[in-house]
Amino acid sequence: MTINKMTAAQVARKVIEKQPLFILDVRNTDAYEDWKIEGQNFEYLNIPYFELLDGVDEILPKLPSNQDVLVVCAKEGSSKMIAEMLSDAGRDVFYLEGGMKSWSSYLEPIKVGDLTGGGELYQFVRLGKGCLSYMVISEGEAAVIDAVRFTDIFTNFAKEKNAEIKYVFDTHLHADHISGGRHIAEATGATYYLPPKDADEVVFEYMPLEDDVTVKVGASQIEVGALYSPGHTIGSTSFIVDSKYLLTGDILFIDSIGRPDLAGLAEDWVGDLRETLYHRYRELAEDLIVLPAHFMIIQELNEDGTVAKRLGDLFAQNHGLNIESEEEFRHTVTDNLPPQPNAYQQIRQVNMGKVTPDQDEQIEMEIGPNRCAVR
Amino acid sequence: MEINKVLDAKGLACPMPIVRTKKAMDTLESGQILEVQVTDKGALADLTAWTVAAGHTLLDHKEEADVLTFYIKKS
Repeated sequence: MTINKMTAAQVARKVIEKQPLFILDVRNTDAYEDWKIEGQNFEYLNIPYFELLDGVDEILPKLPSNQDVLVVCAKEGSSKMIAEMLSDAGRDVFYLEGGMKSWSSYLEPIKVGDLTGGGELYQFVRLGKGCLSYMVISEGEAAVIDAVRFTDIFTNFAKEKNAEIKYVFDTHLHADHISGGRHIAEATGATYYLPPKDADEVVFEYMPLEDDVTVKVGASQIEVGALYSPGHTIGSTSFIVDSKYLLTGDILFIDSIGRPDLAGLAEDWVGDLRETLYHRYRELAEDLIVLPAHFMIIQELNEDGTVAKRLGDLFAQNHGLNIESEEEFRHTVTDNLPPQPNAYQQIRQVNMGKVTPDQDEQIEMEIGPNRCAVR
Repeated sequence: MEINKVLDAKGLACPMPIVRTKKAMDTLESGQILEVQVTDKGALADLTAWTVAAGHTLLDHKEEADVLTFYIKKS
């Protein structure tokens, strides 16, 4: 029978379109339980490849014959071997090209909406890790916010849209993934902005991203305005784009809120987080569409694959915005926090420019989910 | 520790280090020890887990200059 490869892009379509898929994940059980390909209509079987070296007969009855079966491993080699064994046993199966490594790297650009004067706002959904980046495009110019490390994706996308990247922003110093912001700015001549309060230790030049800094993108002068909103980090800054969208960084997510402990002590920033979520954001128009820098669970995706929701709806529905007692809020965001993201201390050092790991080391650091939220 | 066989799996990518290790173990007698040298970082977790799953004993492992060395005693 045949063995076919499936690309990360094809898997992404299945996730977004909520198609069924049976995933045979042949990585170690620890690795599988820590992090896997999430899909609302996916089914799973985890058996490490090294338990199948003597043959795949025992798992054949567990594999459906009426839907696609995708064999997944860390880098591809083992999944290909198991796929070949299954094929020899008479089954049609796929293996994931590049394994979880390529899944972690894949970005799906999705248009969020139109901006004044023909502008467009795109969200780049990194399904494997739950990272969200943004590009504001308006008549020949672009601004990029919270870019992940795959800089070519952003520079090529801007080129396709005939736009020159003029501004690059990071809402905060990221701890879960390596930022591409500084490198995109170097490659394009754009100005790179970073909140100075997060940048005490950075070793490169940047423009300070202070409260009320506003840039205008393209001929239609689309406004991208900064709003100081500390709590996840002390520098965390949000953006209001075209008076229509609120980019919240890692402060407010769709179904959770930012955790205050990745850059220091949770206790220090609880008050800031509370102030941002319960006062600063409350003063904003409820019709703003919230666009966060992460999603945590696949249910946060909209029908079209975007992660976006009206601020007013979040005030009504997001548990983290509805904790009346300050004491309980403090407890929620400082006690029993989930594990920290993989290698988060190292990743912060990379984003400060203090260390420059090679490609493989970067991949290794970014393994696993983002874990930036508390619920 | 008396090593009965040495397997050089350096430069091989997953899944080959484990495939070769299994084959080498099949040639040993119970109680004999196999030394395995690999450079694939993923082998640490996988070889450790495989050893347990196969019922063998991982006596020791070390990492020197990017080479991981394992000592596995056959069950």
